[in-house]
Amino acid sequence: MPAWNELTLHGAKARLDHGDGASRDLVGTLLGAIRARDPQIQGYLEVDEADALRQAEAADALRKKGGKGKLLGVPIAIKDLLNVQGQSCRCASRMLEGYRSPYDATAIARLRAEGALFVGRANMDEFAMGSTTENSAFQITHNPWDLARVPGGSSGGSGAVVAADEALAALGSDTGGSVRLPASFCGCVGLKPTYGRISRYGLTAFASSLDQIGPLTKDIRDAALLLQIMAGHDDMDSTSSPAPVPDYTASLRKDLKGMKLGLPKEYFIDGVEPEVAHCIQQAIRHCEGLGATIVDVSLPMTPYAIATYYIIACAEASANLARFDGVRYGFRVKDAADPLDMYRRTRAAGFGSEVKRRIILGAYVLSSGYYDAYYVRAQKVRALIRADFDKVFQACDALLTPVAPTAAYRLGEKTADPLQMYLSDIFTASVNLAGICALSVPCGFTSANLPVGLQIVGPAFGEETILRAGYAYEQSTDWRLRKTEDGRRKADTRRQP
Amino acid sequence: MNYLTTIGLEVHVQLQTRTKMFCACRTDFGAAPNTQVCPVCLGYPGALPVINQEAIRLTVMTGLMVGSRINPWSKFDRKNYFYPDMPKNYQITQFDQPLCIGGAVEIDCRGQTRSVRLTRIHLEEDVAKNMHIRDQSRVDFNRAGHPLMEIVTEPDMHSPEEAFAFLLAPKQILVYGLISPCNLEEGNLRCDVNCSVRPEGQTTLGTKTEIKNMNTFKGVHQALTHEIQRQVAALAAGESIVQETRRFDSDRGVTESMRTKEDAHDYRYFPDPDLMPVTLTDEQIEAWKSMLPELPRQRCERLEREYALPAYDAKVLSADKYVADFFEEAARGAANPKTVSNWIMTEMMRLLAEKELEIRQAKITPRALAGLIGLLESHAINSAGAKTIFAVLFEKGGDPAELVGQLGLAQVSDTGALEAWVRQAVEGNPKSVSDYRSGKEAAFKFLMGQIMRFSKGKANPQIVQDLLKKQLGV
Repeated sequence: MPAWNELTLHGAKARLDHGDGASRDLVGTLLGAIRARDPQIQGYLEVDEADALRQAEAADALRKKGGKGKLLGVPIAIKDLLNVQGQSCRCASRMLEGYRSPYDATAIARLRAEGALFVGRANMDEFAMGSTTENSAFQITHNPWDLARVPGGSSGGSGAVVAADEALAALGSDTGGSVRLPASFCGCVGLKPTYGRISRYGLTAFASSLDQIGPLTKDIRDAALLLQIMAGHDDMDSTSSPAPVPDYTASLRKDLKGMKLGLPKEYFIDGVEPEVAHCIQQAIRHCEGLGATIVDVSLPMTPYAIATYYIIACAEASANLARFDGVRYGFRVKDAADPLDMYRRTRAAGFGSEVKRRIILGAYVLSSGYYDAYYVRAQKVRALIRADFDKVFQACDALLTPVAPTAAYRLGEKTADPLQMYLSDIFTASVNLAGICALSVPCGFTSANLPVGLQIVGPAFGEETILRAGYAYEQSTDWRLRKTEDGRRKADTRRQP
Repeated sequence: MNYLTTIGLEVHVQLQTRTKMFCACRTDFGAAPNTQVCPVCLGYPGALPVINQEAIRLTVMTGLMVGSRINPWSKFDRKNYFYPDMPKNYQITQFDQPLCIGGAVEIDCRGQTRSVRLTRIHLEEDVAKNMHIRDQSRVDFNRAGHPLMEIVTEPDMHSPEEAFAFLLAPKQILVYGLISPCNLEEGNLRCDVNCSVRPEGQTTLGTKTEIKNMNTFKGVHQALTHEIQRQVAALAAGESIVQETRRFDSDRGVTESMRTKEDAHDYRYFPDPDLMPVTLTDEQIEAWKSMLPELPRQRCERLEREYALPAYDAKVLSADKYVADFFEEAARGAANPKTVSNWIMTEMMRLLAEKELEIRQAKITPRALAGLIGLLESHAINSAGAKTIFAVLFEKGGDPAELVGQLGLAQVSDTGALEAWVRQAVEGNPKSVSDYRSGKEAAFKFLMGQIMRFSKGKANPQIVQDLLKKQLGV
């Protein structure tokens, strides 16, 4: 019988419901796993053990009284930029040292209402700016499959702790790929919902028109479960959609009969590493075997996605991060001479260099004389990118692509050249620009035993389609059953999911 | 050399909504510092704005009242700059697609009525309040996020007097429309001015300066007067005017440079991605149009018509919505509206001015005034008594009929008592009697005065007059 920490959310819930133990046992085991593995992986910035056990005991008491939440007593790790009342929320930045959330994000409140526990603040790139979690102000997170490699980013801590069974599941956020990339590099499932599907209230904003909260999980069913609970209109978020929330778990079927899956040619280029390309091709064949029809499609605006993404994201971020000034909360430098001095020195000391780089870039593209040439133009290109997707989704139900051109690269490999780093988003950023949905599901390993993720892209509010495709593929393969321990490949013994 | 002045104004009006522009915090005046705040108006990480629909309605209503074109599609933008009173270090405002475009406000200045065109009216959020105490600066965020309606005029004013008149005009409209209480003490209304001068004969406008920090209407007048003098003196001395923002120092009555165009902020405006555009259908705008209250001018005309008042009376009464309200309610209970109007324009206005009060603060009710006038017209009291009672009602309230008894002001009309006093006066003042008989009118008045004195002011003067004339054999 698998240990508590090796279970999925639905597996743990079933075991709790069955009476085979209490939440206190589950959380206790999980904390033990964290103590054992996190010193090497460094996926967590903070784990409040006493609070975790208190939450577990409260859940157990509620269960005894007949409490019925869908996740009652089940813990989730939280990326450090989501507000959970009473917890610290530093966004992996010195700028928010001392800040404790006075309120719950709406998504958190909805999970809390279903009895979920919030255990551990997961490491991330500072203010979600990065693709490897190397931009965290506090610590590097190591990929559990090879401790010398990156876990991806910016939700790298979330991906690593799920992959290492230091969490049953985690929440991350995705602005240009920040859930899907770590999912791919760490070998777990990562979902970016349609823009507006999940409320952003309480999610520290990076790029307002691109951000979405997304789950990182051990299987598709868990992702569907978390999406189900969090999705839906929120009065506190004017950009949240009033579109009705379907039953996502009902869409999980084991075949792909009747599904048309498109392969955008711009995503199958020479720049993709051969072993990654191989895994993707195998996955495509596999989908055909499950009944899907494969069609070739084209997304001609793809080459412009990165530039468009960085212009818009940095512009919005430059304004969103202006509030971090030491006046009302967080870090403030001492002995400032006047407000301007305080702002300058606080922000100089509080922000890391990538954050500063993006704020300056963002201010530049919005500045007088450049606004039309950069920001306005980028918004126009964005509309064309979206039109590209509208067109292809008339020819197919979903797209299959790689998540990234490579598997996890070495720590420090790309840090010298920020632009090189930006290219990690090349297959993921268009999805955010178009506001549509996508997920990453494990589809193989390289010869170095590094995970490779298959990206399934769907139209706006097409989560049912991509979850169905992901589920059918996942259930007919074994990738999720391969586990890592101390970065070494474990003998492939069959485990109960 | 004669110089012509051009002035434009930007007036910021705090709207009368229960909650703030983008969050559910209350807007009540006078709360303890930083008690009407939340993650949204404090700019906490993860907080998001949500539009206050009532603020939209009030702004559109204002636009309809001044004849603006209502923009069916408008949006909010971020205006980016850093300052301690800015919770997010950007202000959510409307840059290039405001709610209302154009419109005009009529002003009365130096006996003439003129029209001042408006450029636009838009919505934005207010900033927090900075306070400097000894060597500390403190910020109260209660005000941060309060809805502000900004009215921008074309440069249609040509003197500080016209600018002053303009500030009074929208106050009238806004109070009438229940848009804003426009109470200066509570900070409901603030304004910035732009002004330039040019020599007579020159058609192009001179370089303009912007003046900020005038906290009173008088300050606006002062600042403009000083700035115009400064600009004229500079031009006359051959200097050029620098386009800049100047700060009005109310203690010294002068303007001083704050920042020049070179230091001017680049606000890097861009559409706020957290908010949807505001779309207004024709149906919605028509529905709000039908809710428009009666405006000062309309009320003035109606008062003239319905109550058969002279134009002058109607104008005075309708200048203040609450005075007009008082008048109409009192007139309903009185036989003659003109009498009510007279009492308001004389006794009421006099006491209000003396005590620096607004009519709603006076304790006298419209019903009481009507009652008082009734007592006078039925000769239960005389006019001196009525004035006395009015003053008491104003100060303390109450019922006029009861006060007549309490103060012993019942008019004496009993001919017996009156004849006795008349005889007393005539017999006691033989010289006055002969003076009167030899043609001195003043002697009659003297005798009347004596009789009123004997009666402690309560004698019915009409009857006394008749009795006196009879006794004098006239």
